[in-house]
Amino acid sequence: MAQALLEMRHITKEFPGVRALSNVDFTLHAGEIHSLMGENGAGKSTLVKVLTGVYPRDGGTVFLNGKAINPKTPKDAQDCGISTVYQEVNLCSNLTVAENIFIGREPRKFGMIDWKTINQRAAELLAKLDVHIDVTKTLDNYSVALQQMIAIARAVDVDAKILILDEPTSSLNEEETAHLFKIMRQLQKQGLGIIFISHFLDQIYEICDHITVLRNGELVGAYETAKLPRLELIAKMVGKDLNEVKDMDNFAEKSVPSDEVFLEAKGIGAVGKLNEVDVQIHKGEVIGFAGLLGSGRTETAELLFGINEINKGSLSINGKKLHLKNPMNAMEQKIGFCPEDRKLSGIIGDLSVRENIILAMQAKDGILRHIPYEEQVKIADDCIKLLRIKVSSREQLVKNLSGGNQQKVIIARWLATQPDLLILDEPTRGIDVGTKTEIQKMAISLAKKKGMAVVFISSEMDEMVRTCTKLVVMRDRRKVAELTGSDISSDGVMKAIAGGAA
Amino acid sequence: MEMLKKFSGSSLFLPVVALTVLLIFNTLFVDGFLTIQMTEDGHLYGRLVDILNRSCSLIILALGMTFVIATSGIDISVGAVVAISAAVVCTLIGGRGDGVAEMPMTVAMLAAVGVGVLCGMWNGLLVAKFKIQAVVATLILMTAGRGVAQLMTEGQIITVYYKPFEYIAGFLPNMPLPTNIFIALAMVLLVAVLMKKTSIGLFVQSVGINPTAARYAGINVTMVIFLVYAFSGLCAGVSGLIESSLIRAADANNAGLNMEMDAILAVALGGTLLSGGKFYVGGSVIGAITIQTLTTTMYALGVSADQLPVVKAAAVIIICLIQSKKAQEMFDKWKASRHSQQKNDNKAVFGKAVKQL
Repeated sequence: MAQALLEMRHITKEFPGVRALSNVDFTLHAGEIHSLMGENGAGKSTLVKVLTGVYPRDGGTVFLNGKAINPKTPKDAQDCGISTVYQEVNLCSNLTVAENIFIGREPRKFGMIDWKTINQRAAELLAKLDVHIDVTKTLDNYSVALQQMIAIARAVDVDAKILILDEPTSSLNEEETAHLFKIMRQLQKQGLGIIFISHFLDQIYEICDHITVLRNGELVGAYETAKLPRLELIAKMVGKDLNEVKDMDNFAEKSVPSDEVFLEAKGIGAVGKLNEVDVQIHKGEVIGFAGLLGSGRTETAELLFGINEINKGSLSINGKKLHLKNPMNAMEQKIGFCPEDRKLSGIIGDLSVRENIILAMQAKDGILRHIPYEEQVKIADDCIKLLRIKVSSREQLVKNLSGGNQQKVIIARWLATQPDLLILDEPTRGIDVGTKTEIQKMAISLAKKKGMAVVFISSEMDEMVRTCTKLVVMRDRRKVAELTGSDISSDGVMKAIAGGAA
Repeated sequence: MEMLKKFSGSSLFLPVVALTVLLIFNTLFVDGFLTIQMTEDGHLYGRLVDILNRSCSLIILALGMTFVIATSGIDISVGAVVAISAAVVCTLIGGRGDGVAEMPMTVAMLAAVGVGVLCGMWNGLLVAKFKIQAVVATLILMTAGRGVAQLMTEGQIITVYYKPFEYIAGFLPNMPLPTNIFIALAMVLLVAVLMKKTSIGLFVQSVGINPTAARYAGINVTMVIFLVYAFSGLCAGVSGLIESSLIRAADANNAGLNMEMDAILAVALGGTLLSGGKFYVGGSVIGAITIQTLTTTMYALGVSADQLPVVKAAAVIIICLIQSKKAQEMFDKWKASRHSQQKNDNKAVFGKAVKQL
């Protein structure tokens, strides 16, 4: 085999408290389109940033054409021939297309900028990429897709050997994506090595030759795309052995949903967040939203709780059509929501456990109907006992609790409002195993004993399989399958996520 | 002892200590500081009464400012709003030489406070609804406000000869204390009742600590922020009444000048962090009194008004350093290192002694 274009060996990168990359190898050949895969936080972007000199690496070596390099800044990397086009186009929208392509390296004539050459060469360059536009117009005249092409043109013209495309397709439509792929294939023929990062599985399988999978900052492996079925890829990304995945189902007795429909959503969506989802939630049901991170699970939950407004489709609760404008509207319909990011949107760190617990209840009662202190104490104590929250006292600051106990406090906050529907978004993330099971069992018993509807969102497949009576599987911001009864298995979910081609 | 321990841990500890130190200093170095006398018509006077009297409008401003700062905002327009409120009340009563009011004083006062609330609502609209940074949003009224006041008074200083107007910052007949002390007291009580009987405290703190989480818990964050600015405007309106009554005139250029800074300082001295979150109304009140005590002390010691800011700054630095966590840590470290050094010294001496034996 020919010498590799890029070899990264034993790359290690640490941030305070976390090891973002440990001992990761990555190899890229010339004329290859190579995908980096992994869930959010797996270390894809960190690896790219180490390569492009945004972060200094803490260990390991990088070889470009067999020569060790050590880029310290993005400029260094670019001088070596490593160009990056980021998700958000980072060009100047008030400059012309030609200026954007040649900014910082303008051809000169007698010490003056040679505008004629600039415009001419810019047009030629774009024509090579099959883009025919007026290069003397300012950039903001063109769509994001075109801007991306221009960014690629700029990246390629600076003598690039390696082109990194970080989520380039997330804001493109199908046609634009097809055009981008055409260009990528063209560049591939010219001998460029391309690193392509995307969340869209279909696209990966369409364009990439090789896939390198990362998980939790570690290398899982590098594979030829043709020899790696989708199902296996997903198993590798989420870290489960395929056989293991198949037989860890069936946990405690699940709840039995009633026939009564609490909430029905038909084709709901929000521009840029969610494409289209149908959901029917019954009373006494634990329903799971499954899918990879970014597949639209959280977005769906946020629409149901009025955090973002629905601008497509219809939503009815208890048979009544509604439009939720804010969380309070949803709370009035007896919906509660434990958000995904506990720290950012869950706890009020500097307030006490008691205050955090009664917060939603107080918000619902309104500012004037203050819950008397004695009653607050009673509610807080009841919740602490019921959920077995470990606190030194009810006046302890929430920020000083462990993650699991913080999560319980937020669940308590919503239980205190006595909801008919409780949405739990990643309630077990970053929590010890014991508390995890406790929360899973609680979800089931709420549905069973109180007839509450529970939406359970989690990245951990086995957890969903154990707790849910119905699973809505999502991919690329839309619902792709709905599983019930015996179809609910890790295997089934993975197949659904992977799509028809599994 | 138990009580003392509890008190030293409370948020009011430092502000109270700072004020006490100032008062002790005064008692020692200013003649007749503690003397309170009664005039023939039954009014109390003395330096202590004077300090209280003069700190009233600052206390009221600090009340409003406390809530604004707790939502991690700031309102630097209050000084200018004081000027507007003063202009409104004086223009409406009018500067007639024969001492007759052109409009009933109650109406004029209500109008002035109302205009203050409107100013606050304007700030609230900019900050809460349009998400303009608080400093920038309130800077608009800070600079434009005095111009608005000038427009109302047509560039003149309107002097009010209507006798009852003096009563706001002066003595009502047969009352031992000036009226504005009662006004300030009423405002403090109002806030205390609001804190006790409504959830405003919980909501404001939640918004100040984590607005996203507050929104997710169903709190109308926009409304809370809007309300605190409106309340700050109300406080500035009331302050404007007192400030204009003190000089019986509306001086658009000087009424409430730099008072926004004193109000912010009072809040900071009271232990509320400018980053928002937990707030201490009692601390702010004491902070305001502390600032006024400092000013009065300096005047009593013969420091001229021009040099006053220097002394004030020095005092502020000291008080802020005492409250600063970082400074406290450094002090503790220094103490610890000295302590261990001393121990080592002792050991060395002891070692020598043993050897000699």
